Amino acid sequence: MDLDALGHCLATAACVVTQTTSGLIVGMLLFLVAAGLTLIFGVLKVVNFAHGTFYMLGGYVAFTTLAVTSSYTLAVLAAAAAMALFGVLFERLLIARVYGSNVLMQLLICYAVVLIFDDVVKIVWGPDFHAMGMPPAFQVPPLFIAGGVVPPFYAVLIGIAAVIALALGLGLAMTRLGKTVRAAAINAPMVGVLGINTTLLFAVVFAVGGALAGLAGALAAPVRSLSPGMGFSILIESFIVTVIGGMGSIAGALVAALVVGLLRGFGTIGFPNFTDGMIYAAMILILVFRPQGLFGRRTA
Amino acid sequence: MKSRPALRDTLIAVVALAVILVIPAFHRSPAFEDYIIRLSAMALFATSLNLLVGSTGMVSFGHGMFYGLGAYSFALTMQLTDLSLPVAAILAVLLTVVAAFLVGAVCVRLGSDYFAFVTLAMQMLFFSVIISWQSLTGGDQGLRGGIPRREIFGFDLSSQLHLYQFSAIVAVLGLLALRHVSASPFGATLRMIRDNETRAAFLGVVLWRARLIAFVIAGGFAGLGGVLAALFVSGAYPELADWPNSGQAIFAVMLGGIESFLGPLVGAMILLALNDVVTRTTEYYGLVLGIVILAFALGLRRGVLDYLRRWWAQGRTGRAR
Repeated sequence: MDLDALGHCLATAACVVTQTTSGLIVGMLLFLVAAGLTLIFGVLKVVNFAHGTFYMLGGYVAFTTLAVTSSYTLAVLAAAAAMALFGVLFERLLIARVYGSNVLMQLLICYAVVLIFDDVVKIVWGPDFHAMGMPPAFQVPPLFIAGGVVPPFYAVLIGIAAVIALALGLGLAMTRLGKTVRAAAINAPMVGVLGINTTLLFAVVFAVGGALAGLAGALAAPVRSLSPGMGFSILIESFIVTVIGGMGSIAGALVAALVVGLLRGFGTIGFPNFTDGMIYAAMILILVFRPQGLFGRRTA
Repeated sequence: MKSRPALRDTLIAVVALAVILVIPAFHRSPAFEDYIIRLSAMALFATSLNLLVGSTGMVSFGHGMFYGLGAYSFALTMQLTDLSLPVAAILAVLLTVVAAFLVGAVCVRLGSDYFAFVTLAMQMLFFSVIISWQSLTGGDQGLRGGIPRREIFGFDLSSQLHLYQFSAIVAVLGLLALRHVSASPFGATLRMIRDNETRAAFLGVVLWRARLIAFVIAGGFAGLGGVLAALFVSGAYPELADWPNSGQAIFAVMLGGIESFLGPLVGAMILLALNDVVTRTTEYYGLVLGIVILAFALGLRRGVLDYLRRWWAQGRTGRAR
């Protein structure tokens, strides 16, 4: 515990800016992963324990695409597209076979997929950590905001994630597809009876979830290192985010992801050994006092 | 004729134990004895998990926490104090029971999806405590320095044969106790909750209390399994409390069958044998295990023992017709 350091930090604008940006980075990446997780749960009632694998594979796909084409834009797009496809295949080939059976089956299938792809990554890219490095376009001097250092890539990353959050929220609220998805979340068989192809809808939901996770992996690759186990740690945190925000709620995922991100950003200064503990404590408090999460609907 | 299930189960346990204890008198095989010691720990771990998964319908993905806690608290008690082994083991199990009570108090009221990953998050919290509390637990290196092998009841646990006998006795007694829980009226209550919790609630069952008791019992027996694991590795490692370990336990339960009491034991036997074969031939253990899991989950859709029992029952009705 080093509350003095935290006090000092909060007193200087520079430190507040730096820690807020690093917190926002963590929060936005978490949001992208958690949004897919919560969307899939909301519509399909499937807890996708393999979602971290999407994120990991997205990172590696971006890594290779950047090495081959040396275009970071292409790398990000390739990662999102590849993971959208991966999500559809995963849903069609594996998860679709266990709809309606108990959570144990889903858990086992996801566990198997996590094990398999951790090893596939080891075979293809090797067991060591990879550092993608900052893409050439972003190798420019950092911005200074109120004395705080903000690398331009961070600003872009936060911007992209914010745009996606907005697009996702508006898309769900305004478009026909968004309405269908929300209706399916409430009663999927009824949506099917009304003549909407729910099989296709479920595949689309998995594609969107996969694309978001792949995108997060690609965006994370320049700021974090790539390793075969990287999917699991983000999976746990995304679960915490969805629990705090409320399963199935995109707005909840955004708020909770930012809370967790900022808790991490400032926690590393005030209580470096206990940031994980703080986040778990936040989750437990939410579960005790508001089990459906901040924005969740109470299910009957 | 009145059937005596408790007597029958005890007889089966005594016979099984006698067979295990007699084998080394005819044939000594270090590999086989190793296998039985590991199986003892794993069987307690998986069977206690099945009290939640199979009997009560609570899929806990964080059961490894109690296994790891049992191992760490036992190993630490042995290292830091002069207490005798049974006292240290009982303390370790008690501590696990208290931890299971606290975790269960938060988790048992949740729906099944939430329950699965909140237990997982609790386990990961425990795991991160182990990793970061280096001065006590040795961090990611694990707790080293060995466990002082104090002799108990004439067992010298540094000898493999004695550890083999000791583990087998503890495991068989533990399984018998779990069998008793599962066959008791309380066990029937748990199965009723699994099948129809609304009806159970109307009959006056306090759902969260029954679930919490099941969670605590399961946690305690997982802790006992952890004690055996600590004795086997002569220390404790963070991997015992890591998530793949919980996944293995779930898979053992699933592989053997969740409807049969001995299913998890059979699953643990198969899984450990598979472990030994696969790790000898390839370093990509996860790849092979994952494919095997997929084959089971999508192909057989139930555990080996459940499958055999169903097949047997079908055969009987076929003959009767």
